[in-house]
This record gives sequence, C-alpha cells and structure tokens, in this order.
Amino acid sequence: MIHALALIFLCQLAGEALARWLGLPVPGPVLGMGLMLVLLSASARVAALVVPVGEGILRHIALLFVPAGVGVVGHLDRLGPQAAALALAIVISTALAIAAGALAFVLVARLTDSVDSDD
Amino acid sequence: MTDFADIWSYLASGPLVWLTLTLVAYIAGDALSQASGRAPLANPVLIAVILLAMVLWVSETPYPVYFEGAQFVHFLLGPATVSLAIPLWQQGRRLRKAVLPVLAGLVAGSLVAVLSALGIARALGVDTETLAALAPKSTTAPVAIGIAQSLGGSPTLAAVLVLLTGITGAVMATPLLNALRVRDWRARGLAVGTAAHGIGTARALQVHPRAGAYAGIGMGLNAILTAFLAPFIFRAFG
Repeated sequence: MIHALALIFLCQLAGEALARWLGLPVPGPVLGMGLMLVLLSASARVAALVVPVGEGILRHIALLFVPAGVGVVGHLDRLGPQAAALALAIVISTALAIAAGALAFVLVARLTDSVDSDD
Repeated sequence: MTDFADIWSYLASGPLVWLTLTLVAYIAGDALSQASGRAPLANPVLIAVILLAMVLWVSETPYPVYFEGAQFVHFLLGPATVSLAIPLWQQGRRLRKAVLPVLAGLVAGSLVAVLSALGIARALGVDTETLAALAPKSTTAPVAIGIAQSLGGSPTLAAVLVLLTGITGAVMATPLLNALRVRDWRARGLAVGTAAHGIGTARALQVHPRAGAYAGIGMGLNAILTAFLAPFIFRAFG
C-alpha cells in the first residue's frame, strides 16, 4: 500500500511541478492523472500495485468534498443576492449540457455505425 | 475531575475531534442515503455538510479551527484526482470501439456546460470572481477546486456549485433523456458523466451498467477537457 501511495503522490508531485514549470493553467493533479494513465498502460506491475489502493480512495471520493462543503456556510451571506442567478444558471446549463452531449453522441454513432451492445 | 466543558475546549482546539467528526458525519450521511433507497436528494455529502455546519454553529467553532482537522481529508482530493486514471484505463478497450461518438458527446457536453453556465450567470449580473468558481461546475470536485483556484475563484464555493450541479444532473437526467428519446445507454451515460461528474455517474450506475461505465468515461475525460477549456472560455467572459 505504501508503494502504491508513493507512486500516486509522485504522479501528483510531478504534475504540480510540470504545471508550475510550464506555466500551464491546468491543475497539477490533472497532469498527474495523465501521467498515471501512461504508467498504468505501460506496466502491468504498476497496475496491479496501484489499482486496489486507488479504487479504495475513489470509492469514498464523496467524503473528500465535505471539508470544502462545510466552508460554504461562511460564504452564504456573500452568495445571498447571487444565489437565485447561480441556481438558475446551474439548472439550465446542466439540462443543456446533458441534452447536447447525448444528442451529439447519438448523431456521430449513427454516422459511424457504432452500435450500443454488450461486450 | 475535569468537567465536560473543559475537556471539550481542550479537544476542540486540536485536529482530532474535527477529523473524527468529519468521518462520522459522512458515515451518517451515507447511512441515511442508503436508508432512503439512494434518493437523489438524500445526498451523503449534503447531509454530512449540514450536520457539521450545525455542530460548528452550536459550538461556536470558527471554520479555520475545523479545517485544522478536516485538512487531512481535504488533502486527499489531489491523490483522488490522480486515481481517476484507473477507471479511464479500465474502460480503455470499450472506449476504442466508440472513439468518435464519445469525443463528439464529450466536446459538445463540456462546451455547452461551461458556455451556458457562464453566459446565463453573466447575463443575470453575477460577478467575475463568482464566475471563476462556476466555470468548472461540471467536473469532479477535486479537479473543479483546482480549476477554480487557478482562475481566482473560491475553492469552497466551487465545491458547493459542483455538488449542486451533480444533484441537479442526477435528478433530471432520466426524465430529460426519455423526453429526448435517447435510447443508447452509452450516449445517456456519457452525457450524464460529462455534465454531472461523480454524482451523475453514481446515478447512471443505478440505471444501467453500460450507462454507468460510459458515465465514468465522461467524468474522467471531462475533468481533463474542462481544465484546458475553462481558462479560455472564462477569459472571454471575465
């Protein structure tokens, strides 16, 4: 488990360093994700090591939102007048995004003869 | 014997009690969500946040004191983002068979999510700093927090907007996609994962296993795409 954690942290560290070094607007951990994807594809040993630990972290990813979520309580007064506008923006844009994503997928699947099947 | 108030004030000034309470509140939230048959509105995070906010309010604890303990949980957001490579890698074979439809759905969903949210909020007079927290709302929390911070927005506000987006997407996906007559499970899953990240993906898994798998693909890829797109779109609105 320590080896897997060390690898995960190393990917994150490399991602943070790379983002800072190249002045990229992308968060370091996202670059770390890309790096981990390369490592997983390259080595079956890395995959066997990292997958159980990483899946353990992901299984409770919702827990990780909690501390930041609690912090919003202190922001509620600042949010006050904008709350209705933000709620409206979220509801409408989420509906539009789901519709756009699903319809674009279906359209291109039809053009490329890609079928929805089990395997 | 020391009385309760003294013991409490001793413990409440250290990190242990807040770390423990964060875990306990989440466990309680998860148990309540399970008891409700995973009703979309009985979200474990929402329940845990409300419980903890009440404890902080009653005990008059400032957020920075709470965060001293909770930071150990918060820190895992980074490693969790790195770990998102795992479901992407596992779905790789499936993905290769539907590369073009997946890319089309991903790009359409991701662009519409950021553009329409910023467009609507801007038209309604929302300020620029708040827009920075809204831009990454469709990505999974650890990534959204990172994007919001790099745009100059509040990570806390970003986390809450992400949460609200996830719940909204999970609640509306099934009726909306039925009304649009989309029957392809891959399309339904990918769209929900792209627009409503982990909470949408959890919902897709409840509906159909193939929808769940494609939702996971949508969530993972959109985290990467939004990280690249959001700064450019945000600058156009800022």
